[in-house]
Parts: sequence; structure tokens; C-alpha cells
Amino acid sequence: MSTPGIGVKDVFTANGSAPVEYRRIYVWELPVRAYHWINAIALVALCVTGYLIGAPIRLFNAPEAYEQYWFGWVRFIHFAAAYVYVFNFLARLYWGFVGNKYARWSAFFPLKKSQRQEIVDVIKADVLETKMHGPISTGHNALAGLIYFGTFLAFVFQTITGFALYSSMSSSWLPRMFTWIVPLMGGEFAVRFWHHLFLWFFVTFIIVHIYLAFYHDYIEGRGTVSSIIGGWKFDRENRGK
Amino acid sequence: MGNSIWQNMQQKGYSRRDFLQFCATAATVAGFGKSGVAQVVSAFEKKEKPAVVWMHFQECTCCSESFIRASHPIVADALLDVLSLNYTETLMAPSGFQAEKSLSDTLKNNKGKYIVLVEGAVPTKDDGVYCMIGGKTAESILQTVAADAAAIVAWGSCASNGCVQAAKPNPTGATPIYKLVDKPVINVPGCPPIADVMMAVVTHLLVVGQVPALDSQGRPKEFYGRRVHDTCYRRANYDAGLFVESWDDDGARKGYCLYKMGCKGPVTYNACSVVKWNEGTSYPIQSGHNCIGCSEAGFWDNGPFYQHLASFPGFGVESTADTVGTVVGVATLAGVAAHVVATNVRKRKVIAEVHAEDQKES
Repeated sequence: MSTPGIGVKDVFTANGSAPVEYRRIYVWELPVRAYHWINAIALVALCVTGYLIGAPIRLFNAPEAYEQYWFGWVRFIHFAAAYVYVFNFLARLYWGFVGNKYARWSAFFPLKKSQRQEIVDVIKADVLETKMHGPISTGHNALAGLIYFGTFLAFVFQTITGFALYSSMSSSWLPRMFTWIVPLMGGEFAVRFWHHLFLWFFVTFIIVHIYLAFYHDYIEGRGTVSSIIGGWKFDRENRGK
Repeated sequence: MGNSIWQNMQQKGYSRRDFLQFCATAATVAGFGKSGVAQVVSAFEKKEKPAVVWMHFQECTCCSESFIRASHPIVADALLDVLSLNYTETLMAPSGFQAEKSLSDTLKNNKGKYIVLVEGAVPTKDDGVYCMIGGKTAESILQTVAADAAAIVAWGSCASNGCVQAAKPNPTGATPIYKLVDKPVINVPGCPPIADVMMAVVTHLLVVGQVPALDSQGRPKEFYGRRVHDTCYRRANYDAGLFVESWDDDGARKGYCLYKMGCKGPVTYNACSVVKWNEGTSYPIQSGHNCIGCSEAGFWDNGPFYQHLASFPGFGVESTADTVGTVVGVATLAGVAAHVVATNVRKRKVIAEVHAEDQKES
């Protein structure tokens, strides 16, 4: 393992059997973890408010309009969360150039043969529950990296269509940059449709992502879930990559 | 011909006061404001009536019907008398060869000065046989009249974006005017457009002699710059989250927002909620019906009128993106549940394997 690990050796005893040595590796730096949780909160807020904007629930007892403003707040939260999410995303894009090797762009594209091999292996392990052939990558596995890159593309799409929809209600420079999208996609109706459809991509992604994090925590046995809180993962000593 | 609008109106017996009122109305609807009234008066007193040809292609004449119902009573006369309307199939007295002669004379005598108003889309499929007048295709007629026109106005959604003729599958290849001529076209979409907006566009052309400021889709900014939603008098109910849930509920009676009934106001750019219709009487939302977005390109293909999300193809008429999303989401959850079960069924074996491996290594 070429990873610059920290020289602390943790001893793990499995059911009283002989100890196996693990090494702690600092995988997710603070900016990556901060990105993850800010993104998670913003995305959940965006999904919930986005769904409500598309299909408002019935929430009134026949009052007058001046007495409440809940739908205005729902939209406000959506727009505010969108700004947080976009700038957080931009920061993550930057970190892809300067972060550690687990955060870098090379982790997102299966350019090496070993990465492509890992994709096949992980699909088998996840879907058919077969045993992995070799040790799995310490950071993102090759399949996860590729899927995260797919989510980045979805982020970009939602950002563009979202700002395009927002541009007609804003005079701020950032949304105004996207006004040309609306005629390009055939009017606001179409933009709204696509923006709404992609909501379901995120819903599906969140379900699968959380489950697979739990599942890999179990099959890999080296703190996958806790790594996104503390940043540490564990690798066995004396094993190749 | 050769008369100014003022001379024309005097002949018709209108007083100077009537004339000035008309000018003030025209200045207001055209967006010139108080200071522009004198400019309008001057233009209508002195300028010769411009020659106008009003072409009818694939359309239903609702634009013409709308135009003659403009707010000011003299506006109807503006069409028939104030403008020198030399050719319009619907309203002209001559027919047959005389009508065709009237058109060709107008084009010849007013080269580069006449205004072309086009109502309707132009079919381009099968050499344009689907719309022919006097043995000529709509497209060839359009090219002839557009060649030396001072300005071209596309009335209504048909001429601006194809409207119902261009709706899928568009069997006649109906094409909006701006795609066929290489001159700037003023698009005045709507099915039909608002009479006062049409009047304002014509007034602008007469008074200023220039095309009004247009947006990226060729629509006059002053009328198509805002969403119906943003100027809607029911907007407060939208922000309050007070929605009509069905056509006969209490909310409908109270004038709540029609968003959930499929109102296209939030995606439609028009002046309906400001200018209104029939002398400022009302507009669809004020009458209790949702906006159907008739001035937006492709509005016939934008799903049912009573849904604000398009139907999703292949899932039945009523399915929206939410139906599909829910199905996908539930299927994913089911897959996860199945996976959880499978994993737990196998867990003893997996744990035993891991322990065996640990023992071997140490």
C-alpha cells in the first residue's frame, strides 16, 4: 500500500483468534467531508421543497392570502438551498484538482485497466453478492467513482435548468446567465418538466447510495460509513494494494 | 390612399376631440406615455396611411376577430380605414382576379413601404400543397409579399410558432413565418393575441416607423417581457399556498390560485393579466379558468391543459414524471429490501469466511 498512512497500528481480534493488523488511513479530508454533508443537507432540502413546488399539498383552513406565506417559504428554501448547493459543488470541483489522491479527478474515471476490472468485480459483489477478487480500492471504488461522476453531470443539469427557471424571477447576474437555456429547450414548460424529472434521479440515488454505504461497510469491514464522519478508513497490513 | 389618418377621420365625421382621444389611447397602449402623445398626433396628422397587406394562411381567423375588438371604438376603424388595408382575404370586397390584382398593385406601388401582417402558418411539406390561394402556394405568396416589405408582423401563435398546425405530428409541415423569411419578423403570439397588443404593435410601426424592441424570440418586450404569473392578481394566493383543488370547491369560489389545476401562468409570457381582454373586462384566470399558455411555442404539445407537468410518454395519459419517479423509487426500495434479505440469509457464511481468512493470515 503506497498510501502515506499514519504509523499507528491498531490491533483487531476476531472472536479471540489471532490478531490481524490494520493501518489507519486518512482518506476523506475535511473539505471532502464538509462537501458531503453540506451537499446531503442541501439535496434533501431541495428534493423535499422541489417536490412540494411541483405538487403542493393541501395545507389550509380557508384563510385569506395575507394570513400565511408557506408556499413562498417553500420556494425560498428551495432557492436558498440551491445557492448553497451550487457553491458547495463548485468548491468540490476545485478540490478535485488540489485534494489528496482519493479526492482527485483520477478517482472518478476508469482510465486504468485495474479500475475497469474493479467495476465488474464490484457490480458482481453488489448485485450477485459474490466475493471480491482482490482488495477493493481504499477511496472510492472504481464503480462508485464513475457513478459519482454521473451525479456530477446530473448536478450540472439541475443547476443549469434550475437557474434557467429562476432567471425570470431574478435580476441577479448568476441566474441571468442562464436565460438562453429556456428557448433552447423549447420554453419554460419543457425546462420545468426536465428539472422535475431529474428530482427522481436524486431520490433514487440517495436510496441506493445510503444502502450501498451500509452494505460495503459490512462486506469490507473497515469503517466505510464512519469514514465520512471522521475521515479514516482501515487497511490490512501485509496486503498489496 | 394618400390621406393621413386625421384626414381620413375627418371624412368619417370624427371630431378633433375624438381624434385626440384616439391618439392618446394609441400612445398609451404602444407604451409611449404622456410625452409621446404629441408624437402620435403629429404622425397621424401628417403621415400617409401606410399600405398594409394582411395575409391569411393556415389559421382560424381568430387573430382578425380579436383585432376588431380592440378597446377603443376607433380601433376597429383603424383596421378598415385608418390603415390602407389593400388586401385581406377575409374582409376585402373584391374577389378572384380583382383581389389578386389589388395585391400585386399594392406591392408594385408601395415597394419597400408597405407593411405585411401575416396570420397563420405556412405548410412546407409536399411542395406546400396544403394551403394554396389563387393557384399559388402559401410559401410562394409569402416570399413575394415579404420581398419588398418595410416590416413583417406575424399575428398569433400560428405565424409565430406554428400553433395547432405545427403540433405533433405536424402533417402539413406547418412552419412559422420567421423561419421562412430572412427579414426580422415581429412575433405577436397568442391564440389569439390581445387586440390592444396588436393595435399597439401597429401603432408603433406607424408612429416611430421602426420595429419595437424585441426579445430573443422576436416578441415585443413591452408585452411579452413578463410572466402572466408575476402580474396575476391571484399571485398572493400562490405564495400563501392557497390553491383551487377542484373546479367547484370553496377555493375556486374564493379566487384561490389555479396552479394545481394546471395553470400555465408560471411558464407563459404575455400581457393578459395587465392589459386584459374585451376592453379590459377580464382574462382567463379572472374568469376562473387556468391559463393554457396559448402564446408559448408548442403549447399544444405541452401536455394536457389541466396539468402543469407534461404527461410522460409510454405510461398512459395521466402519468406525469411523478408517477414514473414513484414507480422507480418504490422499485429501488424493493430491490434494496430484497438485497437486505439475501445478505442476511448468507451472513453466517460470510462471517465464517472472514474469520477463516484472518486466522490464515496471522
